[in-house]
Amino acid sequence: MWEQIRSNQTRSVVLVAGMGVILLLIGYLVGIIFFDNAIGGLVIAFIVWGVMSLVGYYQGDSILLGMARARKISHDDHPRLYNIVEEMKIASGLEKVPDIYIIDDPAPNAFAVGRNPDKAAVAITTGLLQKLNRDELQGVIGHEIAHIKNRDVLLMAISSVLLGTIVILAWYATRLMFFGGMARSRRSSSSGGSGQIIILVVAIALIILAPIMAQLIYFAISRKREYMADASSALYTRYPEGLASALEKIAASTSQLKSANQATAPMYIMNPFRKEKRPASNLTSTHPPISERVRILRSMGGASFADYEQVYQKVHGTGAGVIPASALALSHPASLRAAEAESKEPDKTERVRQISDLMWRLGNYKTITCDCGTKLRVPPKFKEPAVRCPHCGRSNPVA
Amino acid sequence: MAAVWVIVGIVVVLLVIFIVIYNRLVGWRNQVKNAWAQIDVQLKRRYDLIPNLMETVKGYMKHERETMEAVTKARNLAQQAASAGAGERGKAEGELSSALARLLAVVENYPDLKANQNFLALQEELTSTENKISFSRQYYNDSVLKFNNQIQMFPSNMVAGMTGFKAGEFFEVTAEEERKVPKVSFT
Repeated sequence: MWEQIRSNQTRSVVLVAGMGVILLLIGYLVGIIFFDNAIGGLVIAFIVWGVMSLVGYYQGDSILLGMARARKISHDDHPRLYNIVEEMKIASGLEKVPDIYIIDDPAPNAFAVGRNPDKAAVAITTGLLQKLNRDELQGVIGHEIAHIKNRDVLLMAISSVLLGTIVILAWYATRLMFFGGMARSRRSSSSGGSGQIIILVVAIALIILAPIMAQLIYFAISRKREYMADASSALYTRYPEGLASALEKIAASTSQLKSANQATAPMYIMNPFRKEKRPASNLTSTHPPISERVRILRSMGGASFADYEQVYQKVHGTGAGVIPASALALSHPASLRAAEAESKEPDKTERVRQISDLMWRLGNYKTITCDCGTKLRVPPKFKEPAVRCPHCGRSNPVA
Repeated sequence: MAAVWVIVGIVVVLLVIFIVIYNRLVGWRNQVKNAWAQIDVQLKRRYDLIPNLMETVKGYMKHERETMEAVTKARNLAQQAASAGAGERGKAEGELSSALARLLAVVENYPDLKANQNFLALQEELTSTENKISFSRQYYNDSVLKFNNQIQMFPSNMVAGMTGFKAGEFFEVTAEEERKVPKVSFT
């Protein structure tokens, strides 16, 4: 475990530095083009980089949760989800239960954010909550808790804030060049420097390329962690089949997450912008192909890291694995467990009903059950003392 | 003169190694203790849930007196064994788990009870508490395994022997099929 955590901390630093270099490059070029003063641009870019890194560290989690329009829930809002998060917290040995957030979106997906294991959160869409049974939900939550335990979350928070900044800056720089920059370039060409035109062309090309470069850095470090989180989830739950079947259900869905964007995509359990049949070697894919993740999980003979490593190597046909050597050294045999009894599960209809109740409650609607069995939803603005049931005509007091 | 310094150097190096290993062992032992406390919390939670469950179920299950009494009895026995060691306690908790599983299995025969909101909420809490018990047990046993490995392996076994570290006891629940609720068929 330790090696993974340490390597993630190193990667955080490398990432922040790499993104910083790209940001400085943009600042330098913007300085040359617009202000005839490269140093000024550099200084501004440096300040922006510093400020955004700090913002990413201290506010990254709330920004990401806010962008996803996630809402915090407590135990009584959805006991099953809350209990499962608590179960996985115990299995992973985390010290504190992460905050739990719900995103009202039919596309099934989930992610984890946070600065450190003591200040972390998991978020899950209503679509996923409806689709999964207890074992599957456990697998998904185990995967997210593993991201928290392996310190992947801070890396995600900082990098998505920095990536977002670079994308926005480059966007404005290109727009400015087309409108503001034209006048200046005419002036400079009249003074007759063909060298300056070349610099200008290179600068424009670099500004357009910068966001892509930043994204490549980002993608390169996000894929291996998904395998690692899958392996940890299998170890925590001792039931890899749960996560495997959850991943299949998520992959089978065709709806796209509305609140996701390019900067936040890698933090989800499943790439929200995936297309059908993407090749595994695709440079820009943040997630390993689902079919491969499912195949590895399904062929595991036990639940330990060593089992995962063995199957991973077989599927890939290489000797190179995904689990750090120090984690493997501490690995010990872990046997699989049986599935949860179906009889204790709320069925699909019941799950959908529970979640719709939850969403109404989060919107401050009151739910009154009439004696005839009809559920009345009273909006927060409703001020009358009683409401008439449209079904049977009884008058129900609004408590 | 040089020989003295060499000896002093070796002693210092050995001392540093000793301290590092000792501190690491203490860390592992604390993890084991911590994990044990986790199990304790969940077992206590189960003792607290059972009277509530009995209260809810009583009105519906008129013909299951034996099953219900078995649960209450197993709960009281388990609570008495709470101060015992991991081995004995595991046995008592295993009894309680299987008694509870039997009770929850006969619930299938009472559709009215299965529709009761109160019961459903309790069932969720019980299911989850059972899971939490087995997950905290899993984490505890993993920690004990790591700790025991350290105590038995060279060179930390020397430090452990000198400072009196004792191997941890695994927490095994005897009823292995406790997680699988037996299916009741009506054919």
